[in-house]
Amino acid sequence: MWVYEKKLQYPVRVSKCDPMMAKFLLEQYGGADGELAAALRYLNQRYSIPDKVVGLLTDIGTEEFAHLEMIATMVYKLTKDATPDQMRAAGLGDHYAAHDNALFYQNASGVPWTAAYIQAKGDPIADLYEDIAAEEKARATYQWLIDLTDDVDLQDGLKYLREREVVHSLRFREAVEILKEKRDEKIYY
Amino acid sequence: MKDQVRYWKPFVSPFDPCPPIRVKSYSTPPQLFIPFQPPNLPQFTPFEALKYGTLWPALYSPYNPKNFRQEEGET
Repeated sequence: MWVYEKKLQYPVRVSKCDPMMAKFLLEQYGGADGELAAALRYLNQRYSIPDKVVGLLTDIGTEEFAHLEMIATMVYKLTKDATPDQMRAAGLGDHYAAHDNALFYQNASGVPWTAAYIQAKGDPIADLYEDIAAEEKARATYQWLIDLTDDVDLQDGLKYLREREVVHSLRFREAVEILKEKRDEKIYY
Repeated sequence: MKDQVRYWKPFVSPFDPCPPIRVKSYSTPPQLFIPFQPPNLPQFTPFEALKYGTLWPALYSPYNPKNFRQEEGET
């Protein structure tokens, strides 16, 4: 169960009218390395992972939803006042044809999100290594998104999200170390 | 062999519908513990190396099918 706080994890300010940036930001919304994929990946893997690291996956998976809200807010701010002509000019003509100005879980190229983006292998080491890789790929995506805009306010929010990927990566690496420990290994004869 | 497997006890509810597996296991193969392979590690004989898939005992990771391992882990 979750408790919802009706505020963003970090304030989102968008100061430049740049609907095309919304298209690029969708990569982190419904892309393979996006926040939706991250949240669903961790909150699913946690059921079968050793109980020492279940809480970590729950916490990080929950935070990913908070990040998803921030990305959604950025996209919404950039598209809510865009006319059909402006949507078309921003490369979002096909998006408008299918969704008007609504958000949808798809990547920057308009490919809809698919569960094939995520995995639950059952092997705790394999799952955690996928999670580490996912965090690094998301960090890289944030870097390229920051490169694609000169809006310093938007960059500020993206830099915060990039930093969270760094922290999550370290936490997953720590989880691997916890699972490697022999401390609690049962001795069988 | 045994030091490449970790065991843990999952939560077992009195309301579980199926007989519980009380001890579960997962692999922690040797590459997790060798950040960068040092030179001059002991080597298998060529014949053994062909059979095992590695020249170095330190990298050898046997895998026991879980069915047998689970029995081994039962208390």
